[in-house]
Amino acid sequence: MTAETLKKTGSAGWMGLFRNQIFIPIAALLVLVIFNLIADPSFFQISYSLNSNGDPVLSGYLITILDNASELAILAIGMTLVTAASGGQDISVGATIAIAGSVVLRVLCGDNPRPDEMQASILTAFLVCCVVSMLFGAFNGALVAFLNIQPMIATLILYTAGRSIAAWINNNRLPIISDPSFGYFGTFLPGVPIPTPIFIALICMVIIALTLKFTTLGLYTQAVGINPNSAKLNGINPQMIKFITYVIMGLCVAVAGFIKVTRFSTINYSVVALDIEMDAILAVALGGNALSGGRFSMASSILGAYVIQFLTTTLFKFNVSSSALPAYKAVVVIALVVLSAPAVRAKMGKLWRSLQASKLKKEAA
Amino acid sequence: MKKVLLSLLVLILSATTVFAAGAAETAGTDDGGLIRVGIINNDPNESGYRTANDADLKRVFTEENGYDASYYYSLRNDEQISGARTFIQDGVDYLILSAAGTAGWDSVLMDAQNEGIPVILFDRTVDADPSLYVAEVVSDTNLQGQTAVDWLASQNLDEYNIIHIQGVMGSSAQIGRTGALNEMVANNDNWNLVTQQTAEWNAETAQQIVQSVIDAGTPFNVIYAENDDMARGAVAALDRANISHGVDGDVIIMGFDCNKWALEELLAGRWNYDGQANPFQADTIDSIIKNLEQGIEPESKTIYLVEQGFDATTITQEDVDKYGI
Amino acid sequence: MQKDSVLEMRGIYKSFYSVKALQDVDFTLREGEIHALMGENGAGKSTLIKVLTGVYEKDAGEVFLKGAEGAVHIKSPEDAQNAGISTVYQEITLCPNLTVAENMYIGRTKGFVTNWRQMNAGARKMLESLGIPARAEQQLGTCSIAVQQMVAIARAVDMECKVLILDEPTSSLDESEVAKLFRLMLDLKSRGVGIIFVTHFLDQVYEVCDRITVLRDGKLVGEYAIENLPRVELVSKMLGKELNDLSDIKSGDEEAHIGSEVIYEAEGLSSSAARHPFDFSIHKGEVNGFTGLLGSGRSECVRAIFGADKVTGGKVRVNGKDVRISKPRDAMKHRIGYLPEDRKRDGIVGDLSVRDNIILALQVLDGFFHPISRAKAEKAADEYIKLLEIKTASSDTPIKSLSGGNQQKVILARWLLTDPQYLILDEPTRGIDIGTKIEIQKLVLQLAEKGKSVTFISSEIDEMLRTCSRLVVMRDGKTVGELRGADLTQNKIMSTIAGGGK
Repeated sequence: MTAETLKKTGSAGWMGLFRNQIFIPIAALLVLVIFNLIADPSFFQISYSLNSNGDPVLSGYLITILDNASELAILAIGMTLVTAASGGQDISVGATIAIAGSVVLRVLCGDNPRPDEMQASILTAFLVCCVVSMLFGAFNGALVAFLNIQPMIATLILYTAGRSIAAWINNNRLPIISDPSFGYFGTFLPGVPIPTPIFIALICMVIIALTLKFTTLGLYTQAVGINPNSAKLNGINPQMIKFITYVIMGLCVAVAGFIKVTRFSTINYSVVALDIEMDAILAVALGGNALSGGRFSMASSILGAYVIQFLTTTLFKFNVSSSALPAYKAVVVIALVVLSAPAVRAKMGKLWRSLQASKLKKEAA
Repeated sequence: MKKVLLSLLVLILSATTVFAAGAAETAGTDDGGLIRVGIINNDPNESGYRTANDADLKRVFTEENGYDASYYYSLRNDEQISGARTFIQDGVDYLILSAAGTAGWDSVLMDAQNEGIPVILFDRTVDADPSLYVAEVVSDTNLQGQTAVDWLASQNLDEYNIIHIQGVMGSSAQIGRTGALNEMVANNDNWNLVTQQTAEWNAETAQQIVQSVIDAGTPFNVIYAENDDMARGAVAALDRANISHGVDGDVIIMGFDCNKWALEELLAGRWNYDGQANPFQADTIDSIIKNLEQGIEPESKTIYLVEQGFDATTITQEDVDKYGI
Repeated sequence: MQKDSVLEMRGIYKSFYSVKALQDVDFTLREGEIHALMGENGAGKSTLIKVLTGVYEKDAGEVFLKGAEGAVHIKSPEDAQNAGISTVYQEITLCPNLTVAENMYIGRTKGFVTNWRQMNAGARKMLESLGIPARAEQQLGTCSIAVQQMVAIARAVDMECKVLILDEPTSSLDESEVAKLFRLMLDLKSRGVGIIFVTHFLDQVYEVCDRITVLRDGKLVGEYAIENLPRVELVSKMLGKELNDLSDIKSGDEEAHIGSEVIYEAEGLSSSAARHPFDFSIHKGEVNGFTGLLGSGRSECVRAIFGADKVTGGKVRVNGKDVRISKPRDAMKHRIGYLPEDRKRDGIVGDLSVRDNIILALQVLDGFFHPISRAKAEKAADEYIKLLEIKTASSDTPIKSLSGGNQQKVILARWLLTDPQYLILDEPTRGIDIGTKIEIQKLVLQLAEKGKSVTFISSEIDEMLRTCSRLVVMRDGKTVGELRGADLTQNKIMSTIAGGGK
């Protein structure tokens, strides 16, 4: 009797994991890990050496993945909230990252695109960039929340115009900052062997975790996303919540844009963060979150971002030819998205149950 | 109803923003003896190349030089086509065109011909009968690639282990710059491609590609990047792994486009080679028009720009100032 | 299979996880009868219907249909339709932006070619023969809910169904509309169609049905001819216990605990929905009601009190002090709670857990920077789940998977948790089973005894009579009378509503 109940709870636990949202990105991650482990165990090797400045750095595929996924992970935070509250996505993030980066460079360079020394402190530049990005986020948010425009249509405006605005901010010039301290944020702090973007992403995750814990943002966005009527009758202002999520998205864009420009201490308006909005949306979808809004799991989305970067790096590692790369990526993405679809998950759960049932039956017999 | 109005409003708003992004500067009214040219170009923000290209056109087509120039910018073919129609309706004397896409230009070029407006293509060519335009002033990307590969061959390495970072697949620059290298690799046993992947003109992706090769521990001694941004990304990965590069370094760095900052890298010996993609077509176009005004047809339809490659060991500050874009 | 039956279900079993939703249930539907399927929420009515229509797969048992050899296997709603089983749900599942005719023929035309004229003609004929007051070319959305429901039925009938299932078709209809629907049902019955009628309204069962099958806790209680089963017995069979007279819950001295203080007072209050300014006040410990036909403006009035619509004018005093209530949050701060009429649209937050749904209002009151801790939320949820006997697997279960009555209890719990001094309940008993209805009525009276003021709105007048000590009667958006004490009788209310009174 006790054994049987034990078994039951055991299988229920497994089933719980199956049905848990975070299962999909974890499973995807596991598949990638196992695949790489079999193909080449050295994939997970991390080595310690000095870079050309004589500073110690860690390197290896894992570090590369964590480093390069930073911007995407940060964007996934904002995209998750925007998706949950407004039931739509912000497709302007790539273009607004160009704006954010351009603002940072403009503040630091002033009128001279190749200054010998920075015209303002990096902190000032970062804060100005945050304010500007949040204003652009507020613009998107106002269109969505107060004018009731479909998020994709509303953000199409900045998607189209953003890169031109970014170029305009710097008078169409491509500023380059020669001060090495600016590059610390996109590469390494002297003496710290771990890439700085990893820390920045970590800080953002901690901040959002604290925000979700110490405010009711999570409950409110979900309530608004699921049933705005009901949320309103419970004293929540749905428009304000939607608006706020877009402003938060703006903040995430600011941080991501800051990392992007500090990686090379310059910017290319036309290709910086190109198509990153699609990856950010994909991260949310991979996390098993409904793109139509409502319930969300922040951890799943962030994990989804790392899965995407893991996949990209794996494809680079296996030297997939340029022309075939998109096809490979598409196949893997389709597989992952299909697996994370609620209907498929329900089927999988059912399959699991029937397997369990037949096993129990067999054992009984 | 309110919703409909609102969405209309937004539509108009977004339309104007798009329009503003690719706005036409209004055509000037007629005047004594100026040659009216309508110039259709891609958005100058697209790249450093384009910015330089646009600045060059604006330098040449001035009133002092006898021109009344109108500009229309767009990265979209259909918008460019309607821009061209507007110019034809306005009755410009010459239509000067850098097409965003190669297809769909036949009918509008035919219209221009019927109106007696000569068309000069620059930078990019279109899929249309050559009789529909008087000349095309373009880069020979195959030659760019060949020049670069010849230079590389002249380095006389025992073995070439090349990381080849490509641009956006299918773009003419990518096809030309890839072609020569592919041929060389196919014909020589000591030329190997360690990897050949596209970074889509993006520095960060290039960095990841090179990082991936470094992480795998595969040896290489040449990075052939199809533009400067990607070469920069590659170099960032090398610096991180403390791999020396440039003149006297372990790895040869090659880029294209001759951005000023890239030529400075050459001058400092951190890179080895940069191939020019000449954005300065305005003078050539100018002389074609001046000749046409005197009834002299250009000698050939296709006019290639002179483009050279720069070597880190021979480049001078003058070259940087003159050819840097 | 018996000779005159069109449908027989034998020994149906169905379980979800470990919950046994149906155990050995038999059901027989005869030709040309209206057969009520009764039971409390969770008794297995919907599950049985869903097994029959192929939405769920049964675990065991057999289904026989007239004209089919042996047991039939219905694996999808399509199979059911092809077998001549049609269903009309409580919510209209048609497309409001298509015409009536299109709705009747949607998904049934063969190939890609549609003969519009033929389709419209066919639809017209069908509408006429069933006496449905709608034109074939009319957009469905412009018809009243009742007519839409009838169109759904016409669609079903036109597909030559042998079995018609009506799942709570009357809950959003007013009386005259219900009467029309019944005429249609009787007409179909005379054509030999077997109708399964699922409803909560006892009156309606006794008005049209021939036979009743009662389910309880997933088991068959029995099948009865209508004349052999008096109401009280039906209720006791549904509840599984002998019931004292239903009207017993009212003690009769409900006015005794009405205090003298006026809790809420409005003067000339109006909103974007309640255009006619109205006056209203309620005392401590008082239960009042708003009554009137559907569309008379009773819901709009209470929404104005709560600030749910845009308030356009009027003075409001709470506890004697002038206050401004322009949005729900304001009302909540003055300890006013509001349980909305449309539970699905305005009440529940479907994907959220029962627990989150319970704490929602209190959380909003506590403020953005003071989230209720998980432990505290769990405690509150468990307390109210126990107190209101909410049937849910756990407080983590999404509220949408609960039955209607239990969802309603959750919303009720949400407001009780905020400890309101004045609670507005708009149709709290709609669409829920009789046992829960009585519990809610009792709860209202208990609240009043504790000194809370309650406004109670219900379409069922006897329910209001049982709970309210004062009734505001509304017609066409205006207050037309206020009844109390001896005037609180069914007749008096009817005549006031109709306008014959005074």
